[in-house]
Amino acid sequence: MTAQPLLDVQDLTVEFTTRRGIVKAVQHVNISVAKGETLAIVGESGSGKSVTSYAVMRILDRAGKIAEGSVMFSGIDVKAATEDQMRDLRGREVSMIFQNPRAALNPIRKVGDQIEDVLRTHVQQAQVADHGEKAIEALEQVKIARPRERYHAYPFELSGGMCQRVVIALALACNPQLLIADEPTTGLDVTTQKAVMDLIVELTKRRAMSTILITHDLGLAAAYCDRVVVMEKGRVVETAKAADIFASPQHPYTKKLMRATPRLGVSLRDLLPEEEGATTSSASVAAAPGQHTSQSEGKSDQPLLRIEKLVKEYPRQGATAVLGKLFSRKPPVEPDVFRAVDGISFAIGHGESVGLVGESGCGKSTTSMMVMRLLDQTSGLIQFDGEDIGGIQPAAFARLPQRSRIQMVFQDPTDSLNPRFTAARAIADPIMQLGDIKGRDALRARCEELATMVGLPHNLLDRFPHQLSGGQKARVGIARAIALHPKLVILDEPTAALDVSVQAVVLNLLQDLKARLGMSYLFVSHDLNVVRLLCDRVIVMRTGRIVEEGSSERVLSDPKDDYTKELLTAIPHPPLPVH
Amino acid sequence: MLTMIGKRLMFAIPSLIGVVIVTFLLTRALPGDPAAYFAGPAATKEAVEQIRKKLGLDRPLIEQFFRYTNDLAHGDFGNSLTTGQPVAAEIRNRLPASAELTLLGLIVSIVIAIPLGVLAATRPGSWVDHLCRVTTTAGVSLPVFFTGLVLVYVFYFRLGWSPAPLGRLDVFYSAPPTVTGFYLIDTLIARDLEAFRSALSQLILPATTLAIFSLAPIARMTRASMLAVLASEFVRTARASGLSPATVIVTYAFRNAMLPVITTLSMVFSFLLGANVLVEKVFAWPGIGSYAVEALISSDFAPVQGFVLTMAVMYVLLNLVIDILYGVIDPRVRLEG
Repeated sequence: MTAQPLLDVQDLTVEFTTRRGIVKAVQHVNISVAKGETLAIVGESGSGKSVTSYAVMRILDRAGKIAEGSVMFSGIDVKAATEDQMRDLRGREVSMIFQNPRAALNPIRKVGDQIEDVLRTHVQQAQVADHGEKAIEALEQVKIARPRERYHAYPFELSGGMCQRVVIALALACNPQLLIADEPTTGLDVTTQKAVMDLIVELTKRRAMSTILITHDLGLAAAYCDRVVVMEKGRVVETAKAADIFASPQHPYTKKLMRATPRLGVSLRDLLPEEEGATTSSASVAAAPGQHTSQSEGKSDQPLLRIEKLVKEYPRQGATAVLGKLFSRKPPVEPDVFRAVDGISFAIGHGESVGLVGESGCGKSTTSMMVMRLLDQTSGLIQFDGEDIGGIQPAAFARLPQRSRIQMVFQDPTDSLNPRFTAARAIADPIMQLGDIKGRDALRARCEELATMVGLPHNLLDRFPHQLSGGQKARVGIARAIALHPKLVILDEPTAALDVSVQAVVLNLLQDLKARLGMSYLFVSHDLNVVRLLCDRVIVMRTGRIVEEGSSERVLSDPKDDYTKELLTAIPHPPLPVH
Repeated sequence: MLTMIGKRLMFAIPSLIGVVIVTFLLTRALPGDPAAYFAGPAATKEAVEQIRKKLGLDRPLIEQFFRYTNDLAHGDFGNSLTTGQPVAAEIRNRLPASAELTLLGLIVSIVIAIPLGVLAATRPGSWVDHLCRVTTTAGVSLPVFFTGLVLVYVFYFRLGWSPAPLGRLDVFYSAPPTVTGFYLIDTLIARDLEAFRSALSQLILPATTLAIFSLAPIARMTRASMLAVLASEFVRTARASGLSPATVIVTYAFRNAMLPVITTLSMVFSFLLGANVLVEKVFAWPGIGSYAVEALISSDFAPVQGFVLTMAVMYVLLNLVIDILYGVIDPRVRLEG
């Protein structure tokens, strides 16, 4: 290592004062970043990776403070510096990019003005003739088309990827020496993620800047960083060169993380830690026979779900269009209707799991909502179990017996649970609406049975969602979905909000349940790697149309469509699978 | 923008029609016979009957209603029975008095409450925060007539600092020529500083009473919404970009925090219009609130109906102003309209 690292964090401990006493979020952490180096800090939620970076910039919230250790940034002691000194440093020497770009920008201020605010704070008026021009230049550098127009845009008028470019422009406006990127691409589509990461690397390399990339995604860290720091529960467990850490991870936690990351050439079972994988699979095998065969017999000649020429159109009227016409902001070249789903046809067989893959706005969620009868289609056929359910009004469908045979697991395990319901009440909810189990005790017994099936300890059944972890909430959501013996479960990105190790467990659980209960899955996701693990077949959608369909193995190993290829190459892969 | 305003005014028409119908029915359903009241206690049965006929009260309800709406359509609010004056003229004369009082009360309250809320939010747990809490609790728990009477007792009766609570101007001054109807503005236009001072000193106590009442919701809302915005991600981004605390608080936090506060303001203004009735009574203020109460007591239909209708129109206009203000601050609302 060079004599003087740009950033040197020694023995850092960060404490938070909470109602339950002092919590040490980060303990005795040592991190150093050399000039021009790109460092990844990898860890799951609660590992203290974000807190570490906040401590470096000293933007911890009121309850947090640097309790021990030192943070030196190019010769400045961050812990001892005055607030004025720190303010001068932030944005000019060290800057930060955040997760969720849309929320990171002031919603009611023009993006150009926000960039100008930063320029005005750090650059002397004498040095720059016109801050406005400089802001437009900053937008140009992050490859925003028509920067002069975008300068006047509000964040809500821009896409997520575009907002992240604005945030990058904001962070790089004053040519800082160190850029901290805190999960900069979480929530963005894979192709956007690739574009944003490539842009960050290109800009920082060109300016010989140092970068800290904070991420939960090992693939991303491996693809873009020189060195990797792995954190667990507030401590650094391993620091190594990116190439080394994937070739020979030393710490058990690193190994566990790497195992859990979905990648090519592994099966679902491989994601689990060695001992757990063995026990779970043997348990499910023991429970599987009997029920499986009884459920899936008969009617096998007919698919469970058949969709033909399904179309969903949205009118493009709205006040936006009307105002646009009034003030002739943009010529009305767009047609009056927008086709979210444009005549798609596919089928799902009994006991089959089908992945529906595509980027945001491709119509995959709209499709799943129409199957679920939460939305009315414009035209087309939806046949479920031999019956045409496409003609049923969404409002009426909720009370029909067919409703119990189609269930859904939602993306965000927290938002999809009623915060005032205990886990047991949440699981019992569909049974109380549509089921035939009456009486408190019978209901409770069924809840406990379901909890056992999804691996939720019974003593957690009386807890409220905020008292459960992400993985436990996901289990509650799954138990609720299978409570009425559904034939089809729609999984809408069920693991997108979970850590990789939890994701591995949940995916395995879903696989076991499917085998045991003979259900079919429609798995909606943007992550091809995850879809491949769980699904027999994959349907790739783009702008409302199906561009490719085939068996998971075939589509992933030998994609025919250019868009599928683009999706696949955009996924960052860790160098080598480990065993 | 103009289409938005037009559309909003269109939407208000059904509710105004509703107000006309309900006030008409409500005043008829009230106990008390205006004919008997008007004829006086000594009147004979025949005299009362005669008056009833003259007032048109013997006709069927539906006919009375159509006559009333027809008059309304011609801008005629009817005549007050007790004063004999046209209601429209009375309301026109008295509305500025109420509006001046309410607006001044609201302005005083905003000037105190918003900085108080902002300071309390930026320094949670400090003495400003505690002061904010104490003031707001006191403000909501004291009814206006009580604070009004206490203020009169202390500042007029005990200390003698303020003039007698009897109307808008001291008896020695004559009212300025009417331009806006607001004495504070009219006296300045007439360059009559003495009268201005008198009008102001008459206004201070009732306006303070209203301000104390409306302080609480505004300060609490400002504090809560500032706290939420200060914890948001874009404020963190602004801090991480090294912007000065003033820029962060004013440009980034405050403007966003104002959105819910503006909604609260419109509600507070409506409360104040209601609270006015009591304050005007305590301070003998010649506003429309006291006018309506007197009319109600004497079963005088026309002024009550006129009052309620005026208030309804004011609510509609007020809400329109709030919506426009919202659009000015928040670009996202502008598009929806």
